[in-house]
Amino acid sequence: MSVSVSVPTILRPVTKGEKTVTADGGTVAELIADLESRFAGMGDRLVKNGALHRFVNIYVNDEDVRFTGGLDTTVADGDQVTILPAVAGGAGQGR
Amino acid sequence: MLRIGRELVDAIVAHARADHPDEACGIIAGPAGSDVAVRFVPMINAERSPTFYRFDSGEQLRLHREMDRLDEETVVVYHSHTATEAYPSRTDISFAGEPQAHYVLVCTRQQESVEFRSYRILDGLVTEEPVEVVEPEMNSAAPGVGKLDRVAAPATDA
Repeated sequence: MSVSVSVPTILRPVTKGEKTVTADGGTVAELIADLESRFAGMGDRLVKNGALHRFVNIYVNDEDVRFTGGLDTTVADGDQVTILPAVAGGAGQGR
Repeated sequence: MLRIGRELVDAIVAHARADHPDEACGIIAGPAGSDVAVRFVPMINAERSPTFYRFDSGEQLRLHREMDRLDEETVVVYHSHTATEAYPSRTDISFAGEPQAHYVLVCTRQQESVEFRSYRILDGLVTEEPVEVVEPEMNSAAPGVGKLDRVAAPATDA
């Protein structure tokens, strides 16, 4: 399965400046493993302790994978995957 | 330095006031590569919290596609702190994922005044930067003409 993956600005140093890359795999986890094999460092930016890193959102077509099975979300030939940095923060507690 | 129009500053402050005591968040988009803040886009705080914010992920994807189509980039990411100073928290720093953006914080803890400050956040390092607010009338030549008239007036008296 070959899909196109849109890469956000902050990860483009890892993809040598490429805005869109292709990846192979039947699940999001397999796509990430394939990306890591060609773009070292990508895996650590997307996955932490076996789960999607809280700093990023990954979408398969229009769906945030957090709501469709996380890293086990399946992908099909021709799907479009988008990686975006999560935009989050706030004062937090204890300040 | 962040250079920003008065109307955009007012729109951010109004959004922060409206959502108080929850944190408000959003962006200002501008033409890609320009660093010019143009289009105000308030976002939903999916956390609806006085201490955290997070863009709704579906809304964020739709915005991303729209900006891609319009060849825009995120020039400003703004959010409010509602009880603490307008300075990036550890959470803000850990999430900062837009290296080209100006991170604007406003503080709404006081009724009568609002802190409005801007930062660069790169690799965990916070640098505050000056904010230049561009008033609408600064685009007009009228103030310069007025000044010349006043200089000329005493000369006729002498």
